[in-house]
Amino acid sequence: MTVSSTDPGSAAARSATHRRSSHRVGPLAGTEGPAPYLDLDALLDDRGTGIVVCCGSGGVGKTTTAAALAMRAAERGRKVVVLTIDPARRLAQSMGIEELDNTPRPVTGLDTSAGGSLDAMMLDMKSTFDEVVESQASPEKARAILENPFYVALSSSFAGTQEYMAMEKLGQIHRQAEADGTYDLIVVDTPPSRSALDFLDAPERLSSFLDGRFIKLLLAPAKGPARVMSMGFGLITNALTKVLGAQVLTDLQTFVAAFDTVFGGFQQRAQQTYSLLQDSRTAFVVVAAPERDALREAAYFVERLADDRMPLAGLVVNRAHPHPPVELSAEEALAAAQRLERRRDDAGLHDPELTEGLLRLHADHVRITEREAALRARFAATHPEVPTAVVPALASDVHDLDGLRRVGELLAPG
Amino acid sequence: MPPATVPDATHWRDVQLHVVTGKGGTGKSTVAAALALALASTGRSVLLCEVEGRQGIARMFDVDPLPYEERQIAKGLPATPGATAPDGSPRGPAGTVHALHIDAESALLDYLAMYYRLGRAGRALDKFGVIEFATTIAPGVRDVLLTGKVFEAAKPGRRGKGARQYDAVVLDAPPTGRITQFLNVSDELAGLAKVGPIKSQADLMMTLFRSSRTAVHFVTVLEEMPVQETADGIADLRRTGLPVGGVVVNLTRPDELDAEDLAQVIAGTADPAALAGDLAAAGLEGSPDDLGALAEHLLAQGRDHAERRALEDSQRALVAGYDVPTYELPRLAGGVDLGGLYELAAHLRRQGMA
Repeated sequence: MTVSSTDPGSAAARSATHRRSSHRVGPLAGTEGPAPYLDLDALLDDRGTGIVVCCGSGGVGKTTTAAALAMRAAERGRKVVVLTIDPARRLAQSMGIEELDNTPRPVTGLDTSAGGSLDAMMLDMKSTFDEVVESQASPEKARAILENPFYVALSSSFAGTQEYMAMEKLGQIHRQAEADGTYDLIVVDTPPSRSALDFLDAPERLSSFLDGRFIKLLLAPAKGPARVMSMGFGLITNALTKVLGAQVLTDLQTFVAAFDTVFGGFQQRAQQTYSLLQDSRTAFVVVAAPERDALREAAYFVERLADDRMPLAGLVVNRAHPHPPVELSAEEALAAAQRLERRRDDAGLHDPELTEGLLRLHADHVRITEREAALRARFAATHPEVPTAVVPALASDVHDLDGLRRVGELLAPG
Repeated sequence: MPPATVPDATHWRDVQLHVVTGKGGTGKSTVAAALALALASTGRSVLLCEVEGRQGIARMFDVDPLPYEERQIAKGLPATPGATAPDGSPRGPAGTVHALHIDAESALLDYLAMYYRLGRAGRALDKFGVIEFATTIAPGVRDVLLTGKVFEAAKPGRRGKGARQYDAVVLDAPPTGRITQFLNVSDELAGLAKVGPIKSQADLMMTLFRSSRTAVHFVTVLEEMPVQETADGIADLRRTGLPVGGVVVNLTRPDELDAEDLAQVIAGTADPAALAGDLAAAGLEGSPDDLGALAEHLLAQGRDHAERRALEDSQRALVAGYDVPTYELPRLAGGVDLGGLYELAAHLRRQGMA
């Protein structure tokens, strides 16, 4: 095996280490390194920041990042609520949100000397959906919808429902916060979607579902004479009956007819949430790990946010391996290890096997930091404008407030 | 530490459908690809399927994006001369790996054409947005279509123009949190279609998925959350009567330090000055101060590594308690490229997964 780079400590890795100790002086700070430094403390302290959305692909530490940012903001004096989707059990326990009751609960054990507070909640997708239906329809109509098998399936398993409901809940909390001033910062975790972008599409997808030709077709008979459509409709219903069976089609028609009445409300809310996300008081934080796939998703996300005119704060690269503070390349370390391996029986040596093992570990570590630095440099080369914060990998899982506080310090090293 | 349930090559010999799942970030797609290569190395003809629209296979194997069509993308490792198959018979030439990227829309049109010969009506369905509706909105239908295509490819005696027979199908499946729902198609449809052709199709699929010809493998890393999710996933599958396969522990740390060394660096009893002497003897140049600083750093790095290894061991003990065959794949410092995939495939072969 060969080492991809012989440069002991590539420029990218060195400047990453360097940047961590410097302060942001504005966008021009980017000229010294591959990417400008993302100052998360400045973001959290800025009273103009009302919503922080953490997004990224699965398994990159998104939920932990969201919780750590929320806690840090609260301890710096903000009145914060964090909306999580699927936190690790022990993390949820430590925040007191094991119960899925869809209501923010105060987190205790925080340093509140700066006047801040932290509430946390875990999203309950189905009851959020139910609440929306109930708020939009008359009690009888709502019951008809809630009991329909299509609704039951849609509200618990429709690809995109979770994304849509996370945004719906964000909208609700935001409206409440505006009205009574309970919170001045909302931190949102996004669902671990197959594609990290699903939640942006959710409002549109729901709209296109309810607005589609097919739905119109299903509604057509209920809405009076539709002679023009009826021939095509006959063809379709026959085909569908053949594939699905008649009962399914009837259920579907009932559902669509009932749902149509609340649809206007849904679409309006989806639009409002979408505009809220575009607001300058919102900040998106894209979370990634220093892996090819995660950074590719992050790059895609950054571009998509720009296309949708959503305000991006920057990129957080979690689980990074910090560059070692010594100048010893992987090759040198391996060569030295090999020399020791040949001299294992040399009585003049202290503990050649331990030394050899440590040298091999060092070589492994250097190669990982080089690969990660190369991946980050590639991201920075194609997205030079994106401020970046690099967070070193923790030795253990985070499942208490102290752990979150530590992550917060790593996210924003003063 | 050796896995508690020692795997042997006969475990999955009769398995036709290998379903590979895992939490995001554990490398399930990598493991699925490595497993396909490992199976092909035993002379089998293998189909590797992906269903999540990410074109991950194309990227891993460095080929053009895959269409909805079976394409040969690789061959298994050639057998070493004189090698024998697990059952003792001489090993033939390496098998092939074909790949198939399954998307729900194509699968639905394919399905309608194959089973209903819908013709004009099929096209009308597309025109009226029914295809889009069915594949993006109608709950459960999407999963049935995706699994249906996998089922069709895996079943013996495939019919149709140019249909290949595969000895094994490897499915890069949705993540652990969704896998039971994904495979349990007939239940997923139960609320919607109680009778009718789709229902009978789903029931037929379930007979394969529930049989010993299917194995659902879990990929995990030795961290708390993925290991917990694996336990939950295994319990879910067992409850549903779906066959649990093996657990592949991915991305394990190198074991350059033995137990004694680990204990020494954790306890902090190793003497940096003596270590610096060894470093000088190993031919590293530098002033005594430089070598001393290097020794201090190596010990600190070693301590960090030892701490993580200890956490890995506690998670490894949990995995061993699941009572399923376990395999381990090392974290490759240089990342996974095509060469790395073959390296991982060789690991799986050696450990008897294929």
